[in-house]
Amino acid sequence: MDEALTLLSFGGQGWGDEIARGLLITVSLALASLPFGLLLGFLVALAKNSQEPSLKLSANIYTTIFRGLPELLTLFLVYYGVQTAIREGLKLLGNDTYVEVNSFVAGMVALSLVFSSYASEAFLSAFRGIPLGQYEGGFALGLTRKKTMAFIIFPQLIRLALPALGNLWLILLKETALVSVIGLDDLLRMSGVAAGNTKEPFLFFGIACLLYLILAMISSAGLTRIEHWSKRGELLK
Amino acid sequence: MTTHDQQALLKPPPLAKRPWSTARIAGHVLVALWAIAFGYLIIYLLGNLEKPILEFLLPYLSGSWSEYALRRLETHEFDSFMGRYVKQYISGFLVTLQIVSLSLLIGAALSLPLAMARASKWKLLSVPAYAYVYFFRGTPLLAQTFLIYYGFGSFRPELQSLGLWWFFRDAFYCILFAFALNTSAYQAEILRGAVQNISRGQWEGAAALGLSRPVTFFKVILPQALMVALRPYGNEIILMIKGSAIASIVTIFDLMGETRRAYSRSYDFQAYIWAAVVYLMMVEVLRRIWDRIELRLTRHLKR
Repeated sequence: MDEALTLLSFGGQGWGDEIARGLLITVSLALASLPFGLLLGFLVALAKNSQEPSLKLSANIYTTIFRGLPELLTLFLVYYGVQTAIREGLKLLGNDTYVEVNSFVAGMVALSLVFSSYASEAFLSAFRGIPLGQYEGGFALGLTRKKTMAFIIFPQLIRLALPALGNLWLILLKETALVSVIGLDDLLRMSGVAAGNTKEPFLFFGIACLLYLILAMISSAGLTRIEHWSKRGELLK
Repeated sequence: MTTHDQQALLKPPPLAKRPWSTARIAGHVLVALWAIAFGYLIIYLLGNLEKPILEFLLPYLSGSWSEYALRRLETHEFDSFMGRYVKQYISGFLVTLQIVSLSLLIGAALSLPLAMARASKWKLLSVPAYAYVYFFRGTPLLAQTFLIYYGFGSFRPELQSLGLWWFFRDAFYCILFAFALNTSAYQAEILRGAVQNISRGQWEGAAALGLSRPVTFFKVILPQALMVALRPYGNEIILMIKGSAIASIVTIFDLMGETRRAYSRSYDFQAYIWAAVVYLMMVEVLRRIWDRIELRLTRHLKR
């Protein structure tokens, strides 16, 4: 037991600080992907919800692709695809150099793409939960379409989509583990490095799992509070 | 009123011409972009099939076309990506199918007792079952796989004395074990949700008919619960197909593993494009089949 604690301590002998840094990278990767994923997901949901068939079709193609591909493959497609594209582009300019894409950015892009395609479904079903009368009421008050969307529909939309989005956040948090495969020093990779150096894989991967669990618990607690806050108008019954 | 007038009355009004709104323009531009992307993709991938296409077309061609085709077949060296790696891709595809189907079946077998324990009134059963489900649903599949594949190596002497080392030494068995445990947790939740969704009246009705509780569960409740669970089960299969790509990280040559190997040998980005095409087709075909099954099994509920 003492041995395990030494291994996990912060400082020269232990791996605590490395793992803590990995944890920080995991959380920041998830937090960095979230806004892009939400924004893109909302735009895709708007497209799916529009009357225009061509817009609907293109949004549906987008979600079919990114919901059907394994997340790991999406990550590789982004990571090596961007690398290949840049290299080919430079070759055309007569410059043959090896380019490496930052794994954090590649992970962020891939996770945002996947998150947005799932989030669009969440937003879409929230759109369907808002009665038409809400739009009509907005127009009757003389609001423009944009203002109706911003002040009447959007606040209700958030409330309706929040439970599904919360689940997606928990999934996103878990998916960040995949980025360790392309060399980002996240929680899982740092525990892997520690496990390799100390020959104590069960301890370190166990710790990694535990930390992911703790992140999930903190998130669920936070999400419950946010949901509570979003429903504060409904509580007076 | 003449028939002519009647026809004029019954004719629907002409449809209003839709204006070229911003949304419509944006939609058309996006569809055009997708079409260009897919067109490029098809041409890019068809490059692999030049030889069989030329050979197939040769008897039907005439004049300068057939001359061109013959010259091309004779002088050109066809060294396409798929020509080199098609066998590997097929074997990888089969390994993926194997992993997915086996782990789903084992997981399904494990999920039934797990769901029963989870729904049990007895705390000694329900609390560990809850912890199990929470652990496997709350941590990344990749971390679980590492925990089992690398972590169980820490207990090599103990496992050897138990005679289980052959199992945990093999990456394939480890993957099956990890995936089966993972999916059993998800499936247990699906099953529990579906069973608890069945109204109490069904239990009471069966009890009134004098059926014992096991008979009620298996003959009355479970069939109805499975109907409710059909859609989440389909989603779970798709999640498993997608999740199985993780096996490639622990040296399994499934579809993703073969793809990575082909890429590391050829540095040809096609490797990943082909994998994407195969995975998308797998998931889409499954989704279509599942929709059919659901339509068929719930046809008595339709009005």
